[in-house]
Amino acid sequence: MDITRLIIVAVGGQGNLLASKVLGEAALISDVPVRMSEIHGMAQRGGVVESAMVFGDAKSPIISNGEADVLLGFEPSETLRAMNKCNKNTKVITNLAPLPPFTVAIGKGVYPEIETIKTLIRERTPDLTAFDALKLAKQAGSPMTMNIVLVGALIKKQILPLSKQSIEQAIKTKTKKAFTEMNITAFNLGFKAAA
Amino acid sequence: MHKLLDETAGKKIMLLGNEAIARGAIEAGVAFATTYPGTPSSELSLNLFQISHETDLYFEYCTNEKVALEVAAAAANSGVRTMCMMKHVGLNVAADPLMTLAYVGVKAGLVILTADDPFMFSSQNEQDNRYYGKLSGLPMMEPSSVAEAREMTIEAFELSEKLHEPVLLRTTTRINHSSAFVSFGKAKEPKTKGDFKRDPMNYVTVPAVSRKLHARLLERLAEAEKISETSEYNFIKGSGSLGIICNGVSYLYAYDAVKELGIENKTKILRIGLSNPMPVKMISEFAKGCEKILVIEEGEPFMEEKVKSILQEAQLVLPVRGKGENFFSRLYEFDPAMVKKVIAEYFDIDYSPSIPVDTSKLPEIPQRPPNLCAGCSHRATFYEIKKAAQGMDIMCPNDIGCYTLGFLPPLGMGDFLICMGSSVSTSCGFSKATDKKVISFIGDSTFFHSGITGLVNAVFNNHNFTLVILDNGITAMTGHQPNPGVDMDKMNLSGYNRVSIEKMVKAAGVEHITIIKPFKVKKSIEAIKEALEFKGVSVIISQQICTLYAKSLKVLNPRPFTISNRCKDHRDCINEIACPSFYIKEDRVHIDPDTCVGCALCAQICPENAIVPLKTKK
Repeated sequence: MDITRLIIVAVGGQGNLLASKVLGEAALISDVPVRMSEIHGMAQRGGVVESAMVFGDAKSPIISNGEADVLLGFEPSETLRAMNKCNKNTKVITNLAPLPPFTVAIGKGVYPEIETIKTLIRERTPDLTAFDALKLAKQAGSPMTMNIVLVGALIKKQILPLSKQSIEQAIKTKTKKAFTEMNITAFNLGFKAAA
Repeated sequence: MHKLLDETAGKKIMLLGNEAIARGAIEAGVAFATTYPGTPSSELSLNLFQISHETDLYFEYCTNEKVALEVAAAAANSGVRTMCMMKHVGLNVAADPLMTLAYVGVKAGLVILTADDPFMFSSQNEQDNRYYGKLSGLPMMEPSSVAEAREMTIEAFELSEKLHEPVLLRTTTRINHSSAFVSFGKAKEPKTKGDFKRDPMNYVTVPAVSRKLHARLLERLAEAEKISETSEYNFIKGSGSLGIICNGVSYLYAYDAVKELGIENKTKILRIGLSNPMPVKMISEFAKGCEKILVIEEGEPFMEEKVKSILQEAQLVLPVRGKGENFFSRLYEFDPAMVKKVIAEYFDIDYSPSIPVDTSKLPEIPQRPPNLCAGCSHRATFYEIKKAAQGMDIMCPNDIGCYTLGFLPPLGMGDFLICMGSSVSTSCGFSKATDKKVISFIGDSTFFHSGITGLVNAVFNNHNFTLVILDNGITAMTGHQPNPGVDMDKMNLSGYNRVSIEKMVKAAGVEHITIIKPFKVKKSIEAIKEALEFKGVSVIISQQICTLYAKSLKVLNPRPFTISNRCKDHRDCINEIACPSFYIKEDRVHIDPDTCVGCALCAQICPENAIVPLKTKK
């Protein structure tokens, strides 16, 4: 089976671990081998959280610089920071709602303009999907569903060997019962948002 | 039911490496488990702790790793299968019992998990604990994948009982924190009670006994080498004249690289899974058909040096490379592309690497360093100490926990740190060797771990410094594990006692003890000033429950604050305490009501009293 390498970058608390759990469960349902790796510990205190998922016949659970097939960013400046994982063919999907780091508040660094971020990504990679996933999450019923909105966009792009149905099934088993409907709505909103 | 107790035949689920090891231990019939929490091993013990609430498994969070290993050694020598878990530096603390436990051996299986952390994702060093296998003379096993971690845990118990010795199971962060599908096997019924047959001539390590036991250890090590020669965990993949010897996650990167480079037909890989003792004959046989050999291992040249000595003894002359310029580094962790590059260059294979996009012209993206949480009591304590010590020439040894982050600006409270408990003992040295006022910081769990002995030393030797014990009622950094000072009733767990930090400090002979509630700013600063003026050892205990822990116990009632129009934009709040709830919008400071928990620290330091409770209900 072909190998597809996915990097997910987020800020602690944005729910990327749940997103990768849903993708992992969908892979189990679809009989697609997958290995993933995440960073715990110090990184959880408000820092950047990065997950790597390798689908298909590879053994390595991590992804080197320049080797991601798709980069999924939960926060626009973090998407830009993770560009070193991309090569000239990497597809990029990013949320556009910024979550400026605290360093900006104390005057240590300037948050880049959203339009600039988009341009910088477009200049380097061929296929950028960028939208306000937070807005769609709120539309689905809770800002907490932003992770699933982004999973929706990722699946629409058909980069991963996972079907829409397998994700919907995985959402039902991996997310809390009370939020299943909301997450399915969020997933569909993200799915529609990605061209 | 805990997901790791599912006995559905052939059950396959996505597991974290640490969960896979826990499942392996359950399948091996583990009946006794001890630990001191430490990333990247923490989830392993956390899972066994949870499982112990539902089964006959006895589980214990110990005060430190030395204690954990000694408790475990007794259980295993009573005939009960035991697991003892710690991070790599934890084994330094447990090294004393480890070395002589190797002489004494075990009756039932004892597996000691040591989780190394190449790249230091959450550690103070990246020492290579494979040397502990060699140093102690104990067998060591190293899985390459999550699924193998489960199998190898079971095998480690078997090996331990075969040799009557503890077995070291060594992982790295990329095993502990990777996830993959794992199929469950059948769990063995644990034997929960054993017996100890009194036999001092084999168990009391006076010199006459130890001389005999050391000889026995070497015999067992020779036996282990025979097992290593035929172990299914030391295996060869492929055939050809290009040789690769590797271990752990490096095997995964090497395997993928050989495939991607299309050199499967001329390359053979020797994967070492039982790495102490190394399979000497297997390695020299492997080398005989090789034109050259590449050793791929993170950390130190542990296997490389052994391979070179084996080849020397076998009088085989061929190039063997591993560490060095243009080869592999002893620093940090490896990645697939790096391994592929070295293999291609050393074996002279054409390849085109993936080229990362040019990021040199990207604007500087603001950093996102980890920060103390909104509402963290450590922030208040650090601020108050700083205020109380104004005008003093201070230096601040810090310790290991969330509060290490206090060294970052604007708090800037942390000047020296080497290991768990070092804050207290280094304060002794700094206060004697310099004229500075020494103020040191240690958390509740770290105080119990290894702060007490330093404090007793300080009193006995009549040192002069102030120790601040940041008591947030839990072992926070590693994910809210209990420690002897924790109120276990809050966790709804019975059968525990609680050890008072204040009484411990008093019993050590400290004459000046101050208790502060850090969210009462003025009162705390006054009390701290007095403690700082005391000549001798003074201790300040800052008591306030960890905000995240309070949230998880559902005892936190967030009452967010807001900035009223009285604000004159002094920005003391941002510049002095830097709580992550603050943000700047249209050049004014605001408070995010979703993250503010209402600790009111900022409200107490605002010169205009402009920070007030948010009235509107969310």
